[in-house]
Amino acid sequence: MHALIDGVLTGSVYALMATGLTLIFGVMEIINVAQGILVILGAYFSYTLSTHFGIDLFLGLLITIPAMFVVGVVIERVFVARLKGPEKTAMSILVTYAIALVIEGSLNQIYSVNYQQLSAWYVNKSFELFGVYFPYIYVYGFLLAVGLLSALYVMLYRTRFGASIRASLADQAAAALVGIDVKRVSTICFGLGVAITGAGGMIYGATNTFNASSGADLISRLLTIIVLGGMGSLGGALVAGILMVTVEDIVGVVWSPIWSTMSFFIVLVVVLSLRPQGLFGKLSSRVA
Amino acid sequence: MAASTLLMIGSSSGAASRGHAAMSPIKIGVSLSLSGDFSADGIAYKQGYELWAKDVNAAGGLWGHPVSLDIVSDASSPTQVVTNYQHLISVDHVALTFGPFSTLLTLPAAQTAARNGYALVEGAGGGPSIFSAKLHNVFDVTLPVAYDLAPFAKWVTSLPASSRPTTIAYATSNDPFTQPVVDTAASLIAGHGIKTVYNNVFPAEATDFTSIADAVVASKAQAVVIGSVDVPTVSAFMQAFEQAHYTPKVIIATAGPDQGAAFIKAVGAGNADGMMVPNSWFGGSKNPASQKMVKEYIKQYGGTAAGVNADIAEAYSVGQVMAAAVKATGGFNNAKIISYLHSGVTIQSVQGGVKFNSVGENLAQTAYTFQWQKGGTTFVEVNPVGDKGAVKVLYPKPAWGK
Repeated sequence: MHALIDGVLTGSVYALMATGLTLIFGVMEIINVAQGILVILGAYFSYTLSTHFGIDLFLGLLITIPAMFVVGVVIERVFVARLKGPEKTAMSILVTYAIALVIEGSLNQIYSVNYQQLSAWYVNKSFELFGVYFPYIYVYGFLLAVGLLSALYVMLYRTRFGASIRASLADQAAAALVGIDVKRVSTICFGLGVAITGAGGMIYGATNTFNASSGADLISRLLTIIVLGGMGSLGGALVAGILMVTVEDIVGVVWSPIWSTMSFFIVLVVVLSLRPQGLFGKLSSRVA
Repeated sequence: MAASTLLMIGSSSGAASRGHAAMSPIKIGVSLSLSGDFSADGIAYKQGYELWAKDVNAAGGLWGHPVSLDIVSDASSPTQVVTNYQHLISVDHVALTFGPFSTLLTLPAAQTAARNGYALVEGAGGGPSIFSAKLHNVFDVTLPVAYDLAPFAKWVTSLPASSRPTTIAYATSNDPFTQPVVDTAASLIAGHGIKTVYNNVFPAEATDFTSIADAVVASKAQAVVIGSVDVPTVSAFMQAFEQAHYTPKVIIATAGPDQGAAFIKAVGAGNADGMMVPNSWFGGSKNPASQKMVKEYIKQYGGTAAGVNADIAEAYSVGQVMAAAVKATGGFNNAKIISYLHSGVTIQSVQGGVKFNSVGENLAQTAYTFQWQKGGTTFVEVNPVGDKGAVKVLYPKPAWGK
């Protein structure tokens, strides 16, 4: 039971970190392998605000999220928007990898390689409910993930801009034909993807000790989540994030931790053999 | 000891005085993890190597040649480390090679050096896999890790039955450094009235330790041994334990708490109180050569003796041992250096004596256990019990954050 609770709480945070990745791929067919280091960049933003300005971690998101949005827009305008043609997706891996290296090196220079962890009164505390301890930070992280993903969902399905995004997701050429500025939508989507990653970064930094190299450990898990959930699917990222951590946790507790990572990949292989497009992906086009 | 160390640092002063002071720089090749999982240790090693090079150059260089370190990054990758040493040897034509960080990377590095006839003197490849490979060219200046936890095991099993932990949990990464250490400890502790209630291995690539830590909590073990390779692993366990309101009577981690100020910064001094770690050196060592090195380190990088990472001393010792070999063999011939280091000679380093057996293990040192005490402000030797430098173990461990 405890493993199941852990899986849901932790998995939602992974979903939050992976959402930007799937949103960016869904709209732009860009595989952003810099996603891991962007999570860490978000964690460092929160660290700076918390340590140097005494701003609460969650309150600091009011600054971190817009700042990360700007970072995303700059990356998209300067690097990603220049990628064109049939090789665009493949090239995006190389370009975003280079971006990741530059960010990692810069963070090492600024903050050194010493490990950091975000601190606040609720980071190491928990409350008891029905004999189970619930860490505040995981519960808050879960609520933040649900809140932000819900807001993103509402934006996508209840606003005019969301309709533009969904149209771009389905068919960029057709969207352009009906007057949607696909270029602008792409830029904003990339910014949104990076912005939401900043929130995930804060939770990651509060639940893990990190340095700039920690991003490399994250990217494989985040990519795995969006492949399982379906490339481009927001709901898929949420379900896959929770599924991944829950499967790993249950196997780790019931059987052995050594098999926990492998067990998730077995689930991944089984799902992909039955649904190559992932749990919520579509075969024929980019999906929402 | 101080005199011999100074002799090693200045091993070339004799050569210099013979008129070789203007000789060309001698390149020493090193691959270090300047990014990736081992980056914190890699940077510390870099500082240790650079500190040694600075000292040796100030003393006239190595056999009259100024030392130039050719350091490249392997990003903590066992495949990149092979490429790096091959490049250092065949393209950069370095004269000597120093080891990378970790057992995981040292084995492929040593194999590459062996293929090229180079000696690989290193300080962080102490796992059994290094020595079972029976390479003739690898020399680990640090105590082999397999028995790192032996003093701890001896101490915990010798406690009076009334206060001895009755249950113990082991959780270790499947890293070639940690797993043998923890397995050995488990075998030494077994049969002494301490029941193993949890013993599991987790993958080295794990990033989420919540469920493993929760399983340890559920075991209600009074003693916990964590096979960690770095600060994040042990920090994750500590955080999960605190969140579960679970404070074992004793916790020891194979790595992490030895990272000095980096560990304290990550976990907080209050939480560090009582945390134990095995090692063969600490910043408060009374070894005069070590005290000199610590003083220089603090002058250059700041901080306190307790905050000096043990990696610094390991790296510095590598330089000292190589310097002694160069001096004794009269130059940079790797075959002669290998032969000399296998000759049974004892060399003094900041970590203490260094004497290699046939597979490159240094059996001249003693394993110690260290512990953070006084609210996480001091890092002291607590084992072996009865050792003149050892203080009383803080036992049971204070509650988290106290």
